[in-house]
Amino acid sequence: MNTTKTAADGVCVISLDGRLDTITAPQVQPEIDTAIDEYQNVALDFSGVTYISSAGLRILLAGHKRAAAAGGSLKLAHVSGQIMEIFEMTGFTGILKREADHRQ
Amino acid sequence: MSELKVDAETENLGEVLEFIASETPGLPEKTRQNILIAAEEIFVNIAQYAYRPGTGKTIVRVTSGGDVTIEFEDCGAPYDPLQKADPDITLSTEERDIGGLGIFMAKSLMDNISYRREGNKNILTIKKEIS
Repeated sequence: MNTTKTAADGVCVISLDGRLDTITAPQVQPEIDTAIDEYQNVALDFSGVTYISSAGLRILLAGHKRAAAAGGSLKLAHVSGQIMEIFEMTGFTGILKREADHRQ
Repeated sequence: MSELKVDAETENLGEVLEFIASETPGLPEKTRQNILIAAEEIFVNIAQYAYRPGTGKTIVRVTSGGDVTIEFEDCGAPYDPLQKADPDITLSTEERDIGGLGIFMAKSLMDNISYRREGNKNILTIKKEIS
């Protein structure tokens, strides 16, 4: 899992590239936490995410709660159809608001 | 039928998923992905709970060709993860707890999932029908 971080207009965008699974999710979580603490508003660019298991969902839920507690938000962008099906199956579509076009 | 025996440790997840992928060639990408997610949830569950606080082995058996059947065997304490109640996926973020989601995903992604206790072994079987 590779990540790149950019920030513009007070929003931090983290682009994720690879699998979000039991091994990689705990590696990505601190990066999301740090970004939330620093910017409050964070968007995850999911265009490079090819796989997500419950470990990945776990850090999204944790990130969402952390951002809400900080008065910000955690949004997802560019979610593939296959990943979206996993979100729908697990009731995550309502939890995580997507942004179709976040600023690059 | 092919078999892989590994230490039940999450660090072996990659090896388990590669084994399953190599034993199930030619599947549509989405089908393969769903099988791998279900297999991850089952294997990780065993790795985290079956032998705690000790360690032990897991045997993964894959049968493919037509439908795909994967058996996970461990010699841990008797445990049927299917008895666990499904999470309430309609709850809001604040109320939402992540517990039980992995097994729920495995159930949802596969066509059949079953548990049996054979002697001192837990055997969990997941099956995907290939049309």
